[in-house]
Amino acid sequence: MTATPVWAQVVYLLAAVCFILALKGLSSPKTARAGNLIGAVGAVIACVVVFFYAELDHVAAILVAAAIGTAIGVVGAQRVQMTQMPQLVALFNGVGGGAAALVALLELGNLVEGDHGGFALAATAFTIVVGSVSFAGSMITFAKLQDLMTSRPVTFPGLPVLFGGSLLIALALSVLTVTDPAVWLGVVLALIGLTLGVLLVLPVGGADVPIVISLLNAFTGLTVAAGGYVLDNTVLLVAGTLVGAAGTFLTKLMAAAMGRSVVNILFGALKGGSTLGSGEASDRPVRSASPQDVAILLGYANKVIIVPGYGLAVAQAQHTLRELVDVLMDRDIAVDYAIHPVAGRMPGHMNVLLAEAQVPYEQLKEMDDINGEFKQTDVVLVVGANDVVNPAAKTTPGAPIYGMPILNADEGHQIVFMKRSMRPGFSGIENELLFDPKTTLLFGDAKDSLSKLLSAVKAL
Amino acid sequence: MNESIVWLTIFILSVFVGVEVISKVSSTLHTPLMSGANAIHGIILLGAILVTGYAESNLALVVGLVAVVMASVNMVGGFLVTDRMLQMFVRKKKPAPAKAEQAGGQS
Repeated sequence: MTATPVWAQVVYLLAAVCFILALKGLSSPKTARAGNLIGAVGAVIACVVVFFYAELDHVAAILVAAAIGTAIGVVGAQRVQMTQMPQLVALFNGVGGGAAALVALLELGNLVEGDHGGFALAATAFTIVVGSVSFAGSMITFAKLQDLMTSRPVTFPGLPVLFGGSLLIALALSVLTVTDPAVWLGVVLALIGLTLGVLLVLPVGGADVPIVISLLNAFTGLTVAAGGYVLDNTVLLVAGTLVGAAGTFLTKLMAAAMGRSVVNILFGALKGGSTLGSGEASDRPVRSASPQDVAILLGYANKVIIVPGYGLAVAQAQHTLRELVDVLMDRDIAVDYAIHPVAGRMPGHMNVLLAEAQVPYEQLKEMDDINGEFKQTDVVLVVGANDVVNPAAKTTPGAPIYGMPILNADEGHQIVFMKRSMRPGFSGIENELLFDPKTTLLFGDAKDSLSKLLSAVKAL
Repeated sequence: MNESIVWLTIFILSVFVGVEVISKVSSTLHTPLMSGANAIHGIILLGAILVTGYAESNLALVVGLVAVVMASVNMVGGFLVTDRMLQMFVRKKKPAPAKAEQAGGQS
């Protein structure tokens, strides 16, 4: 391998600075888009430079492969619906982790022949294992979010033993890789990594999956950093470490927004104590109403708060909802949207979904700003949301969402739930608020119900 | 200075920078930030290009090319999808003036 010339190292430093600026930019709404662009520029520069100094073979094949990957990435990024964003991020993260594992596996082949230090071999083993974990974990995450498999926690009696055992074997084989390196060890390490990834994500419940995506994202960052050490490449080290550190911190922030600890999210289902609820529909009596009844409630209210949830986005009803709000506001009714930090499938996801329907930003109120207003609100209209208004988060210590800050919808004078069925929310637990005497239910597909509601309000 | 120490120094400092730059992010931006960070680790593409370029066997070449495809999906797709998300955040500030302009044009 040719040594990296100084000028190229300077370019790599520049790319590393781009990545720092990108993360910095992404932390603030004003600079976010520019930040992302700077990151992209840095990445492209770093990848182009390598062709100018390294004496590479197979350049044509590499370019074709990169073009194929680019095409897949472009199509995926453009075709995806905003509701499916979380699984796409999981998928992109997975292939990144997989690529890092493959790179390390190939590099192990080179290290076996040469005389290299133990650190490089340890870093290689780390990259292979954790990269595979990230790949397999992300694929399971994808399957859960895409409804290819159940989104409920999957556990079986021997799982903790199997997980612990695999972890120990991975450690032992990593030590063996350092003392007596061989390519077959790398392959076995990759297989164990894949097993670990599957076992890690299976017991995680649907509502917590976004946290896992963020965690696996951090994992991939660390593998890229270790890969940078193995390949003697500073930009990989810096970029990977940045993502690893920022990703870990972000995972903590997200978990805090849901009132959970990361350890509890990963292993809660195994301990049994915080297993999620039955996930079955209840047959307790509820009060349901027709769209006309709800239209009267809304049409003669002074203040309405809308609580949008993932169900709204799934039904693609954002635009109809916006029309309804416009009509209500024309009747001089004060209407706000209450946005829970984890509404949707990822933190901030709902803001993206409503922005797509061109809901004015000023109408979106964050939880802390609006929670005091529910007491003075005539009607709280909950559209396709459930867990984020579930009082169990405050009242039931055993509930999986206990401790999660929620929107105080229960303080409104009237609560209207638009629901498809009595099925519990993503967390799988029943919502007491549905059975509250103040609550009215409007059953049906969100888009369908909203259109009916819209024409009923117009007819008032 | 020992070379390993240099690497360790870069690593530790990068950890602090990584945490520091995103410590004040609002929950609204958690999703785009995660997606953007995800795109950044797509830089493994550079590593994939390097190992593939030095591949000596056909097997290594094939494995390397697979890694190149996967890494470029991660990098290109990651940055594009982040941009698509953020486009919507930018647009939301404009509707009021845009409507006013339209009304002005029509009158």
